[in-house]
Amino acid sequence: MSIILDKVNYVYSEETAYQIQALKDVSLEIGDGQFIGVIGHTGSGKSTLIQHLNGLIKATSGSIYFHGQDIYDDDFDLRELRNRVGLVFQYPEHQLFETTIFDDVCFGPKNQGLSKEEAGLRAFEALRNVGLPEELYYQSPFDLSGGQKRRVAIAGVLAMKPEVLILDEPTAGLDPAGRDEILDLVARMHRERGITVILVSHSMEDVAKYVERIIVMNQGQVMFDDAPKEVFRHYKELEAIGLAAPQVTYLMHELKERGLNVDTDATTVAEARASLMQALTGIDSGRMDIHR
Amino acid sequence: MLRDITLGQYYPADSVIHKLDPRVKLFGTMIYIISLFCFRGIAALAIATVFMFVVIKLSKVPFKFMVKGLKAIMILMLITAAFNLFLTPGEELVSFWVFTITKEGLTNAVLMAIRLTYLILGTSVMTLTTTPNQLTDGLEKSLMPLSKIGIPVHAIAMMMSIALRFIPILIEETDKIMKAQMARGADFESGNLLKKVKNMIPLLVPLFVSAFRRADDLAMAMEARCYNGGEGRTKMKPLHYEGRDRLAYLVVLAYFVLILVCRIFLRWPQ
Repeated sequence: MSIILDKVNYVYSEETAYQIQALKDVSLEIGDGQFIGVIGHTGSGKSTLIQHLNGLIKATSGSIYFHGQDIYDDDFDLRELRNRVGLVFQYPEHQLFETTIFDDVCFGPKNQGLSKEEAGLRAFEALRNVGLPEELYYQSPFDLSGGQKRRVAIAGVLAMKPEVLILDEPTAGLDPAGRDEILDLVARMHRERGITVILVSHSMEDVAKYVERIIVMNQGQVMFDDAPKEVFRHYKELEAIGLAAPQVTYLMHELKERGLNVDTDATTVAEARASLMQALTGIDSGRMDIHR
Repeated sequence: MLRDITLGQYYPADSVIHKLDPRVKLFGTMIYIISLFCFRGIAALAIATVFMFVVIKLSKVPFKFMVKGLKAIMILMLITAAFNLFLTPGEELVSFWVFTITKEGLTNAVLMAIRLTYLILGTSVMTLTTTPNQLTDGLEKSLMPLSKIGIPVHAIAMMMSIALRFIPILIEETDKIMKAQMARGADFESGNLLKKVKNMIPLLVPLFVSAFRRADDLAMAMEARCYNGGEGRTKMKPLHYEGRDRLAYLVVLAYFVLILVCRIFLRWPQ
């Protein structure tokens, strides 16, 4: 178990007129190497939750353990925790500040105490990973397009080589191509390096396509915590809290109602296609090459 | 962390004081402050105390919110009291080493502490019951006559309300960028002064970039809505004096007269 949350509560602006309980008795276990999606409507406590995971916010009550150590212990090194749990904020491009892209990506590794050369190597690797053209490396980050800035900012966290990578709506405001690039990059990091990934998202399609476990937040509490199929089975309850199942799941429910024997648990287009093929032709398309 | 800083510390409640015209509260507070610095004698002090507590009670704002403002000036108050206590010449009470406490010094110190406390409490009542926007509205309307002599009152009021509006946004932005850089291992606390200043660069550059971006966006949005300044511009909620506002003026005036009467006829014990 890499991160354990035990009855974490968090109250914003305590003892003022604007007091809000952002988290209520949240208990979670985040295992090594998992790919987790966190969904919930605006104000449900998602962003507050993830900021607890690297100690940026201190819980009002409750404890958090990282590899068995209480992160609120006096002798626990929070900076070391932040080195190992990388957090990419919403609109991370707003944090760029250096004169060149390369220097900006070096910022994290340098803070980790790496030498200039090592930090530079990390930066090169991270920038190559996010697919930024090499001729841009020594330009000002402020001259880039929105999508490119976003990738530079993500590279800034990747260069720190975290064990756990948390991304808060990394695709907000990007076009479909940019969105796929970022999510594919994250999925590749997860696959190749075996890092734990926590993805906060508003897109049910993205979550269904990439993650293996979904945490649904509602009014500061964990409402569901299960595999995507299981979670999206509760699509009526999800709708009640302002969320939804992936579009394709609705299609499958509709088809089922009209008498076609399809799998209503399908959450991605690929699964739906397989189920449809089987229902229509009786062939298990899983073994067919459908691209032809 | 930064979220705890309150500048416009408005406390929403449904009370008579909240509903008063902001101009009444502005002038009322001004008169109250003047009265604090010209009262004499214990009777006037009692009147000022009762007046303030009645207003606080009416405002329905919990007392602990009023007291919050006091913490900030605690040091100033202590210094003022100390200066008054030790540096006022007069009838000697106690004397040790180089310090001498006089009777006049003691009264001055106590009075100054009371005055400062009441001053903060009194202005807190105003800021807690009036939104910053209402206040600038009130100021704008009160200062309107100055536009006759070429002072751009509307523009100044508009700048003030924009500035006030942006304080919480920029605080939030600072908080966000700070956290984002801390997530990348930035350190804003340790090191000597020079190092600390240098460490602020990752915070200040993005903050300025975002402030300029927001200013640009706002200017664009205002132009898109055909904003063109003061002349002939109407308000969605124009300020009007109502019965309760006139009554409030009368009450404040009566209070002030009472204080003046006490100053002239009831000067005991001074």
